[in-house]
Amino acid sequence: MSRGFEGYGCGMAHPRALERIGECVYELAPGLRPGMRVPVRVFGSEALVAALDDQVFVQAANVATLPGIVEASLCMPDAHWGYGFPIGGVAAFDPASGVISPGGIGFDINCGMRLVRTDLVWDDVRPRLAELIDALAAQVPAGTGREGFVRLSKREFDAVLREGAGWAVRSGYGTPGDLAYTEAGGCFAGADPACVSARAIERGQHQLGTLGSGNHYLEVQVLRPEAVFDAELARAFGLDRPGQVVVMFHCGSRGFGHQVATDYLHRFLRAMPAKFGLPVIDRELACAPIDSTEGREYHAAMCCAANMSFANRQVILHRVREVFARVFGRDAAALGIRTVYDVAHNTAKFERHRVGGQERTLLVHRKGATRAFPPGHPELPEAYRATGQPVVIGGSMETGSYLLAGVATGAASFFSTAHGSGRTMSRHAARKRTSGRELLKQMEARGVLVRAASLSGLAEEAGYAYKDVDAVAEASERAGLSRRVAHLLPVANVKG
Amino acid sequence: MTFSFVEGATSDLSFEARGATLEALFAAAAEALLAATVADPGAVEARERVPLALAEPDLELLLLRFLNELVFLRDARGLLLRAGPLRVEPGAEARLAGELVGERIDRARHQLEADVKAVTAHGLRVERAGAGWRAAVTLDV
Repeated sequence: MSRGFEGYGCGMAHPRALERIGECVYELAPGLRPGMRVPVRVFGSEALVAALDDQVFVQAANVATLPGIVEASLCMPDAHWGYGFPIGGVAAFDPASGVISPGGIGFDINCGMRLVRTDLVWDDVRPRLAELIDALAAQVPAGTGREGFVRLSKREFDAVLREGAGWAVRSGYGTPGDLAYTEAGGCFAGADPACVSARAIERGQHQLGTLGSGNHYLEVQVLRPEAVFDAELARAFGLDRPGQVVVMFHCGSRGFGHQVATDYLHRFLRAMPAKFGLPVIDRELACAPIDSTEGREYHAAMCCAANMSFANRQVILHRVREVFARVFGRDAAALGIRTVYDVAHNTAKFERHRVGGQERTLLVHRKGATRAFPPGHPELPEAYRATGQPVVIGGSMETGSYLLAGVATGAASFFSTAHGSGRTMSRHAARKRTSGRELLKQMEARGVLVRAASLSGLAEEAGYAYKDVDAVAEASERAGLSRRVAHLLPVANVKG
Repeated sequence: MTFSFVEGATSDLSFEARGATLEALFAAAAEALLAATVADPGAVEARERVPLALAEPDLELLLLRFLNELVFLRDARGLLLRAGPLRVEPGAEARLAGELVGERIDRARHQLEADVKAVTAHGLRVERAGAGWRAAVTLDV
């Protein structure tokens, strides 16, 4: 397959060919855009890659120009254009010569997914579904400007930023088992609240336990027997009965993470030309050397936001447990409620990877991309050491979501895979096609109860506004990034 | 002072603002942000005033900072605000001084629309247009 690129005024010579270098891997060679240090590598099926917005390639080529980038600028199968990096973009940087970029992480730092299993099956839940989703919507605030039930002093909020989900468990909002099944144990090392502005703290201090808005949601889902791809892995992950009911939610660090990203974007844009002599090719690609005061402070602040997000999802799980216990009249442990896995998809982390036969520490940016460690990886909890890391890919409320697992061939992407289905239609266009009220009716006719904070926001999240999540999950497997375990279908949704 | 929403990228909301002066341009951009945030911006009354003084290396970054200030004040303090009297000075260090005016969110009177999370630098432009000024802005929602 080859594609041409024209008219972006970014100095790319044309025509430019995208070469197929594997069954589901395509490459744009360095030299096709001035300053590219490494190639762009795109993972995906022929159909998904052909449908990619050309801006994805322009943005990935921009990323390839950043100092200290290692191996390639990567795009996952659900890539679409974002700010600075494409969403679905992965790039690893050398800690001595490389940079850290808020545009490679996203405004919603540690936006991520949590999948929670229960012992309940569809027949148990169906008669109480409306009661259940109403109670979940009441207990997990969603939408603009909502505050959570956890009221914290500045000092307590600092502890959240340092300890992440560990703070929540220590404060009675969860079990130690939840931490074992959370990426990095629910806490990124290196967080320093002193690197966070007072404004970011003011913005986030009362948002713990809230979903937010946009594409964030909390779903009750069902595991249908025909939707299991790998029964052995599913069992190992706690999905062990036909018709099993699970809960999945998608949210991040709320206004806190956005303020951290905004603060450092402004700071980096000032320092890039004046202090570091770095050219600004796209303001959203603002960056600073990892080994600089600005870079270190952003990393420390970003870790605070990642930890706030882990704590947020942990507190939400606590509310989910309370609701299930009340609705089903048994405590959460008796209902078998436990975290299958909590995984981020907007972060930068120092990790060990083999490059050119040598193991190195790299700062891996994943923006709209999920870490997917393979079987045997030392950072996985004992229970998942043999299976590989669970990967949670959120789809639209109409199409369902996927559970996958990390595989050894994922080394080609620094053990990263897709994060969701990726938008294909603007919010504006989606709203014009269907009203929120109409979509709500259609969903209910199909047996999915929806509780939306905003009807206009709901219309923006219709299934047709997204890529085909089945195609994304399949391409992730065929590209060797992760393997499919199960497809999970929603029966009720709380929409932010 | 005018603004209009334009078809932007898939996950955001973009607008163009115009003004005869830089002050009018910044006020138009603030009005666009308010229109993205609430269904009826006319229902936002001038009950509170917030003083503001900002400096950035150029006019585009100054507009970005100004609009992100409005996002912060809504998300952190629940304030719906528009531009009050402003003074905008271009230069090697572009400066803005003045006031924002508005009121606290009252869900009985203010129907909230997009939850604008940040104003982005993506495609951000401030430029002369005839005798006045024009700006292009993209909101992350």
